[in-house]
Amino acid sequence: MSNKSALERLLSTINMHQHSFGPNVAHVEIHGNEVLNRTLVDGLKVESSETSSGVDVKIVVESGVVIENPVYFCFGMLENGLQHIKMDVHFKEGAKAHFISHCTFSAASEVEHLMDAVIHLDANAEYTYFERHIHSNEKGIKVVPKARVFLGDSSRFSTEFELIRGRVGLIDIDYEAECGDNSVLELLSRISGREDDLIKIREAGWLKGANSRGLLTSNIAVRNRARAEILNELTATAPGAKGHVDCNEIVQDQGQAKAIPIVDCRHPKAHITHEAAIGSVDSKQLQTLMSRGLDEEDAVEMIIQGLLRK
Amino acid sequence: MGIIELNDVSLSFGEHHILQNLSIDFWEGHIHAVVGPNGAGKSTLAHTIMGLPEYRSHKGDILFEGKSIKNLSINERAKLGITLAWQEPARFHGISVENFIQRAGNRNGEGQSAREVLDLVGLDPDRYLVRDVDATLSGGERKRIELASIVAMKPKVVLMDEPDSGVDIDAINSIFEVLASLREQGTTVIMITHSGEVLKHADHAFLLCNGALVDKGSVEKLSSYFERRCVPCKHKNVPDKEVLV
Repeated sequence: MSNKSALERLLSTINMHQHSFGPNVAHVEIHGNEVLNRTLVDGLKVESSETSSGVDVKIVVESGVVIENPVYFCFGMLENGLQHIKMDVHFKEGAKAHFISHCTFSAASEVEHLMDAVIHLDANAEYTYFERHIHSNEKGIKVVPKARVFLGDSSRFSTEFELIRGRVGLIDIDYEAECGDNSVLELLSRISGREDDLIKIREAGWLKGANSRGLLTSNIAVRNRARAEILNELTATAPGAKGHVDCNEIVQDQGQAKAIPIVDCRHPKAHITHEAAIGSVDSKQLQTLMSRGLDEEDAVEMIIQGLLRK
Repeated sequence: MGIIELNDVSLSFGEHHILQNLSIDFWEGHIHAVVGPNGAGKSTLAHTIMGLPEYRSHKGDILFEGKSIKNLSINERAKLGITLAWQEPARFHGISVENFIQRAGNRNGEGQSAREVLDLVGLDPDRYLVRDVDATLSGGERKRIELASIVAMKPKVVLMDEPDSGVDIDAINSIFEVLASLREQGTTVIMITHSGEVLKHADHAFLLCNGALVDKGSVEKLSSYFERRCVPCKHKNVPDKEVLV
């Protein structure tokens, strides 16, 4: 398959085409262990090297650069196999950008996608990252994203992970972040599992900087025999550090969900809270919708879609 | 004959008799108030008429337009045109005000648009349509949005549990205007309240105490009795035998 044809096929799985991107929009497409395209803008450096099972990518956003348009990444596998991506991301002082990643495995049934990311944000940098997974309806997808994030003073890192189309298969997320003074960390996951899918999430934030903030949110739905195990951990060791762990899991059929929020406060002027709601659909929500005439199935679906909505 | 008729309805949870032999006719196209002190069984009555699962085990029968609805589920009753506004409306993560109202308006395909009904309840559609029906809205805002969703479904019977709960004076006036407008269109409104002020907006009232019907009649008659006897009553939910109807 030629690069051009692979690129077209890859983009078509996420309903996009080359011309979807404007002239000032950076976008990079990676298929298996091949970088199919790399279109960059000023202040954004992307270096890549292909390995036997994936790609090593180094991303730098230069000091003070604010990238106006989102930067698009597309990772995909059109055939079965392993894709191992190593990402080294560096936002220099005051750099700001919004990245949107599509991970598409909708045309394959046996895929292993491993992501190892190390992310450094210098002071006053802002990095927002949205990752959407589009999977096939086969059970053989395995996604293992790991990230180590270092937030400099007054920096901000917000990430959102979405997997609501296709089968999860196995997903095993492991994110850790260290937060400097006045920095903000926000991690949000929205995942829908069914059949015998397994969702594992471990997110850990260390609020080590004064007045740092952390918010870990997981919105998960499990149906049929799917299982979810969520471990969210926030540790505050500095004055003025504040954090919140919020876990919402809807369980249907024979699904199982387990949430373990760990809030560890080691400074008298720090404050961390947690909230978890796990179980069937809230009866008051359900009854309200049914009292407007919705059938029970439609009402349940509406509530679940609401939970998983962006 | 009322649009909703309760025939000797009783409901107990274990040893607790929550509703006792209630026989009530709610006439069509009127605003009724069911008044009584806390714990009198007023909300239970509303939930029983709506058919919430925990309240389906009652004795006696409930008729809607002359036919029993005892074995109908909540949504089957809603499809007939019965609906309920909760004292504390539910919060919905990720469901927009527009979607929430539109889904309610789909009951018979004749519902009003979300924009129209938000206007009616005094909320600016441009500000509220895109917001979620979640905790970012105040209780009063959610109360009005819930009412908007009810108007959208063009119901025949609206059960309003404590319509003034958690709303400011402007909002409550707007709510009463909407209820009056529903009545003009032939809708029957049943307000659950322990407020003498709310009672004044009804056409007709029923007084409950300890799950039993103590009195019924004009608002003037029951308002006077409620203020004089129920408000200062030290005997929670023990009706005076002499005044049982």
